[in-house]
Amino acid sequence: MARKLNRNLTAAQKTSYMCFFTYGVVILIYLMMQGLISSGSITSSLKGMLIPICAYIVMAVSLNLTVGILGELSLGHAGFMSVGAFTGVTAAVALQDVVSSNALRLLIGLVVGAIFAAFAGFLIGIPVLRLKGDYLAIVTLAFGEIIKSIFNNLYVGVDDKGLHMSMLSDKTQLREGGKLIIGGPMGIGGIQKISTFTAGFLLVMVTLVVVFNLVNSRAGRAIMAIRDNRIAAESVGLNVTKYKMTAFVTSAALAGAAGALFAMNYSTIVANKFDFNTSILILVFVVLGGLGNMLGSIVAATALTILPEALRQFADYRMLVYAIVLILVMLFTNNPKLKQVFNQFRTHNMRGKEAE
Amino acid sequence: MKKLFALVMAAVMTMSLAACGAKEEAPSAPAASAPAASAPAEGTAFRLGGTGPLTGGAAIYGNAVKYGAEIAVEEINAMGGIQFELKMEDDTHDAEKAVNAYNALKDWGMQISLSSVTSKPAEATSAENYADRIFGLTPSASSTATVEGKDNVFQMCFMDPNQGSASAQYMADKALATKVAVIWKNDDVYSKGIHDTFVAKAAELNIEVVSDTTFADGNDTDFSVQLSDAQTNGAELVFLPMYYTPASLIFAQAAGMGYAPKWFGVDGMDGILSLEGFDTSLAEGVILLTPFNADSEDAATKSFVEKYQAKTGEIPNQFAADAYDCVYAYKQALEAAGATPDMTAEELCELMIAQFTTMTFNGLTGEGMTWAADGTVTKSPKGMVIENGAYVGLD
Repeated sequence: MARKLNRNLTAAQKTSYMCFFTYGVVILIYLMMQGLISSGSITSSLKGMLIPICAYIVMAVSLNLTVGILGELSLGHAGFMSVGAFTGVTAAVALQDVVSSNALRLLIGLVVGAIFAAFAGFLIGIPVLRLKGDYLAIVTLAFGEIIKSIFNNLYVGVDDKGLHMSMLSDKTQLREGGKLIIGGPMGIGGIQKISTFTAGFLLVMVTLVVVFNLVNSRAGRAIMAIRDNRIAAESVGLNVTKYKMTAFVTSAALAGAAGALFAMNYSTIVANKFDFNTSILILVFVVLGGLGNMLGSIVAATALTILPEALRQFADYRMLVYAIVLILVMLFTNNPKLKQVFNQFRTHNMRGKEAE
Repeated sequence: MKKLFALVMAAVMTMSLAACGAKEEAPSAPAASAPAASAPAEGTAFRLGGTGPLTGGAAIYGNAVKYGAEIAVEEINAMGGIQFELKMEDDTHDAEKAVNAYNALKDWGMQISLSSVTSKPAEATSAENYADRIFGLTPSASSTATVEGKDNVFQMCFMDPNQGSASAQYMADKALATKVAVIWKNDDVYSKGIHDTFVAKAAELNIEVVSDTTFADGNDTDFSVQLSDAQTNGAELVFLPMYYTPASLIFAQAAGMGYAPKWFGVDGMDGILSLEGFDTSLAEGVILLTPFNADSEDAATKSFVEKYQAKTGEIPNQFAADAYDCVYAYKQALEAAGATPDMTAEELCELMIAQFTTMTFNGLTGEGMTWAADGTVTKSPKGMVIENGAYVGLD
């Protein structure tokens, strides 16, 4: 009994050790990048990718919450990113004259994006999360496509009378001095680039804090219990729908904030950017980094965003090499001998801790 | 054992591809790789960079621009005088990748830029051009937002809205039809821009738009609904403001239903004849409005077409000619301004703005081209018709 208790303790220690290790890595990399930027030795190529990488990390970590922790497959994560991007940018543009501070406007954009994406996630969750089976995958897949169609046909403009909206064609009839924000298939153009690397870093940190605290809480343990055995979880009186909803809506909200951050890093954004391919790309980050492994998601998102750019020297063979590298990584990480080495390292580490 | 084998195989493939990649780069882009003997030495050539879709669905445009610009650079470098070093980066027709590609070019030391080939990526990169004060002259990004509000980004092609009204004007002038159907892609900037101005201009010119139908990404394979709508409403002419891939399907499906109206396309239709696996007889009689005619008899066009064919085995389209013109326009402007390759991008930017707003340029895609201060070009389009599997000038 005592032995068992001891083991449980180390497991809890291990998770908290892992989460502080992740924070440390992220902060360390941020400081390193800041150092490089201030000394001017960073390439424009890498500098330009910093904010998208932050956005993709948040996307990967939040999807990992749904796929890895909740154990439900979501194929429309880019849809939430899209909702966040469009609503967040709309808020930021509409407040351009009211709020002069860029940082504050960015914050408002992120929060608005997160709220709308959470609401979209909530709406989907109401019917779907009550069902057993892979329905979430099917519905989120459709959701991604529907969101794309909606934003491709949505026109939103702002003038001194407030926001105007219309569908299918531009019927906003803006007054003098008004501005069309979302122009249907043209998406949003002329966005002020107010996203900063520091904001991206802070968003990554907030995401990690939210996800780790959720996972290590009572709710998190309930969520994982549902993942591992739904019937057993129900039998001890857990409200399955509620806990599933908590995880899913959190995941959607974080994706929305990531979308807003991403969109405000480019001067233009179109709905077609957030298509099925983007959803799958993020799922690849999660699967490659390891289900439930947040640090893995961070590393995978970073590496797979930089990789295609680093392979530019291969010219036409770039994407072919990219695919082969992906296969290599999967083979290497699944290699039993390599796993053994990792395990030895891990047990060695833990034994060292116990000895202390 | 099997796994080990797979690992080794994958590793070997990466290595061999890496070798291929390195080998392939040298002959195909002699101007781009510095160590080649013919390329000018460091600091004596203007570094000219551009992004475009060299892979993916829109690759035909990116590659046309790449080859067209390469031919111009080779010619100019052989002449002596002003020397160029050209580098095109792949953006896969995506704004995010285009900005990445632009940044890679900046690291390479780009001084003047060909901006981006397609519209949406160009909107993103031209904002970077503006922020970094690197002059941009896009061969083919035709949307209004590409140049809007940026004093240092110019276009070599028509703007989308101009194409729509020019098409309607052309139909009215040549009395091609009174009842017209439009099929357009409602999630595409290019298609929408042309459609909107076409419909507005058509109403002015008493051309009746009897059928106005749309499609979008993802449902661009079946056009039977749109075509039968056009047919039942008695459209004599169908206007297709889109790229050639969906257009090729429309032609095939219309032929299948026995519907044979006049077809009218814009510059995105250019390139349909070199589409792999496309039965060119389906495009017989298609009229398109484009500023470049590969069958033109003048010496400059002939020599360009010959060189392009020798390089790629294909007839150059408008995009290639626009890119060729871009490089020559740069040459003319740089010579007139007395610019030297040791100038910074900012210095060159100011000189180029002054030159482009005042100079007149004669190229393959038009005589007496001039640019307004907002970056748009003035030149007249030519009507072309596809006859016996080749583009033939209409006038």
